[in-house]
Amino acid sequence: MIYSTLGYYSLIFGLVISLPLFFFSTKNFKNQYPLDFKIIIFSFIQLILVIISFLGLILSFVYSDFSNETVFNNSHTTKPLFYKITGTWGNHEGSLLLWLLVLTLFIFIFLIKSEGLLKKYRILTLLFQQIIIIGFFVFLIKSSNPFNYLIPAPKEGLGLNPILQDPALAIHPPILYLGYVGSSIIFSSVLAATTLNYISNTWATHIKKWVLLSWVFLTLGILLGSIWAYYELGWGGFWFWDPVENVSLMPWLALTTLLHCILVLEKRYQLKSWVIILSISTFALSMCGTFLVRSGILNSIHTFANDPERGLYILTFLFILILISLLIFFIFHKEDKHKFNSFFLFSKETAIVINNWFMMYFLAVVLIGTVYPIFLEVISSENISVGPPFYNKLIIPFLIPFLIFMAIGPQLRWIKTRLEKKLNLILLFVISLLVSFFIIRNLDINFLINTVLIGSALYLFFITIRDFILKKNINISQNIAHFGFSLFILSILFNNFFSSEVITNLKVGEKFNNDRYEIFFKDLKKFEKKNYVSFVGKFSIKENNKESNMEPELRIYNQPNIITSEADIKTSFLSDKFITINTVNNKEYFNVRYQVKPFMIWIWLSVLLISLGGVISLFKKYYEK
Amino acid sequence: MYGRKVKLRFFFIILLLITLTLSIFLILKSLEENVVYFKSPTDVQLIYENKNEKIRIGGMVKKDSLEITKKEVKFIITDFKNEINVTYSGVVPNLFSEGKGVVAEGFLKDKNFFQASKILAKHDENYMPPEVKEALGENK
Repeated sequence: MIYSTLGYYSLIFGLVISLPLFFFSTKNFKNQYPLDFKIIIFSFIQLILVIISFLGLILSFVYSDFSNETVFNNSHTTKPLFYKITGTWGNHEGSLLLWLLVLTLFIFIFLIKSEGLLKKYRILTLLFQQIIIIGFFVFLIKSSNPFNYLIPAPKEGLGLNPILQDPALAIHPPILYLGYVGSSIIFSSVLAATTLNYISNTWATHIKKWVLLSWVFLTLGILLGSIWAYYELGWGGFWFWDPVENVSLMPWLALTTLLHCILVLEKRYQLKSWVIILSISTFALSMCGTFLVRSGILNSIHTFANDPERGLYILTFLFILILISLLIFFIFHKEDKHKFNSFFLFSKETAIVINNWFMMYFLAVVLIGTVYPIFLEVISSENISVGPPFYNKLIIPFLIPFLIFMAIGPQLRWIKTRLEKKLNLILLFVISLLVSFFIIRNLDINFLINTVLIGSALYLFFITIRDFILKKNINISQNIAHFGFSLFILSILFNNFFSSEVITNLKVGEKFNNDRYEIFFKDLKKFEKKNYVSFVGKFSIKENNKESNMEPELRIYNQPNIITSEADIKTSFLSDKFITINTVNNKEYFNVRYQVKPFMIWIWLSVLLISLGGVISLFKKYYEK
Repeated sequence: MYGRKVKLRFFFIILLLITLTLSIFLILKSLEENVVYFKSPTDVQLIYENKNEKIRIGGMVKKDSLEITKKEVKFIITDFKNEINVTYSGVVPNLFSEGKGVVAEGFLKDKNFFQASKILAKHDENYMPPEVKEALGENK
């Protein structure tokens, strides 16, 4: 009780702090003095208050204080302590509080780290950020209060959805939020810089850090969600083109594009308006994601409550923000006419711009695929769904030129490049195509497109490796990230081509046979655990006379009463073996799914490599003198 | 003659327009081909035509209709007005059972038989696919 009260009041005070912040900022904005220290102090106080509020919620969860509605809805006394804590952000109210926490944290860091930049710019960024912060404060207090009372306090809570009780998912929201919210800083900063006509090479260098930071976190956040879906949902895939996944992919695509444009702005002072638009859309897409996911329009595990009021609030708020940013863009943004830098056809910036177009195309595909069904339902009340074939068909062919430009781009120089010396690039491409030809030759798949696709991925793969070994003064972060991407595409493709699976229904003691596998359901054991009963199936699987034992599990949780399948996964360097079992209406038969998925671990590793590229770039001071 | 700058800009805008139209055309065409419509068993009875098109059927798994063999699962989807027989071989989601909502994706063999290639998972007890809710709500 005490913790909830504490949390609630610090939340209110946190909102009130915005007042002096606004007051001192506007005063300081007009006068001649350097940045008022009071602004930083108040910003710090606001941060502390939100932290206290967040801690209040965590403690309510830890002590299972069921007089708090949020705790009652999402916790249970038998839940392990770790999941009591992570349950704090495993629900709508708590996750919004976390969002707010990151918002205040980031603006505080921004204020400290932006020392030496224009004072007016720093203050204006703070003000824009405060608008967002106030929006979230009001939203939390008004329609998603995490500290609502329940009187009398219930004895027991409703429990956290078991599929959320998982280490990967415990850290997935915070990491993803760091990425999402990081884009809010970029948003505020871009608006401030546009208003002050401050967009310049210096500004680009400074904001690049924030772009990189949010990009790295967003990448890792999506990766964690994907890994979780792989082993917890038991479908054995890593990406389903589910709308909920798509809404996180869209800001990622925009952010990745922005990351590359910022470089052009920094080095060549071009693409200014493009950078502004991308920054605004990244944030808008992040907010859109929140809206779609939270409003209950997209049904999924992320939909904590189907409350139309909440959706409407986020939508209105988002609409206002976009309106403000568009107004600022059209009123204040001026193209400087005198500074026309010519664009040459063979240059690094051309390659970046071309790939920008592809990224925007991918973004459009994902956006339409996600939003179209919603619109159609509103207009004609017809229910449709858009599945993987749509995305595969539209995205895969365009990956080919995308990969090729990704390989060639870094070979070109800024401004202008001579092409005579680049013959070996073509030679390398031919080699890649040949290698790919020999891989594809014996497979029963569409020959032409797959040869070219793997060929281009290999091309990027070879070029990045060649640069890594031979070139002096390479841009290591770019090299690693691009290498990671080629590895990513290759692993996905090979994973697709060489995966095999067996789906069958078996009773205990039965065997399944086909020409490759023999699956024997040996035994089923029952264990009582703290908050669930577990059934472990013992299987022996024979493949090419090699026998392995696997033990998939079924868990029946007590509160809420839910069955989950825990896959047994044997990961090795080259492939994953994946098995899940499931009951069908408590009959004797068990639904068994056994999969062999090659290069699974390489998909995860390659994404890690991609983000490593971002991390290196973040800590590197200079490159390309 | 126009200057180089104007020409370049003109060229750029043309290129932009072409890409835009091309991508919108591609996306729309692909949407048309790959969209999966959702029907309730009643819809199927009313407007059945064998188009050999992938659809989704949603409703409730009828009580005592579930049969399971080594190869496949058979059950009946009902919306309390009409029913449809479903055969399915594949992964059965965790919360699939009699008397619960279900969405099956696949092809109609005729008015009464449906060959499912996928059964959609519900994530938890409280959550019901919106389509199912709607299909059941209309006919209860």
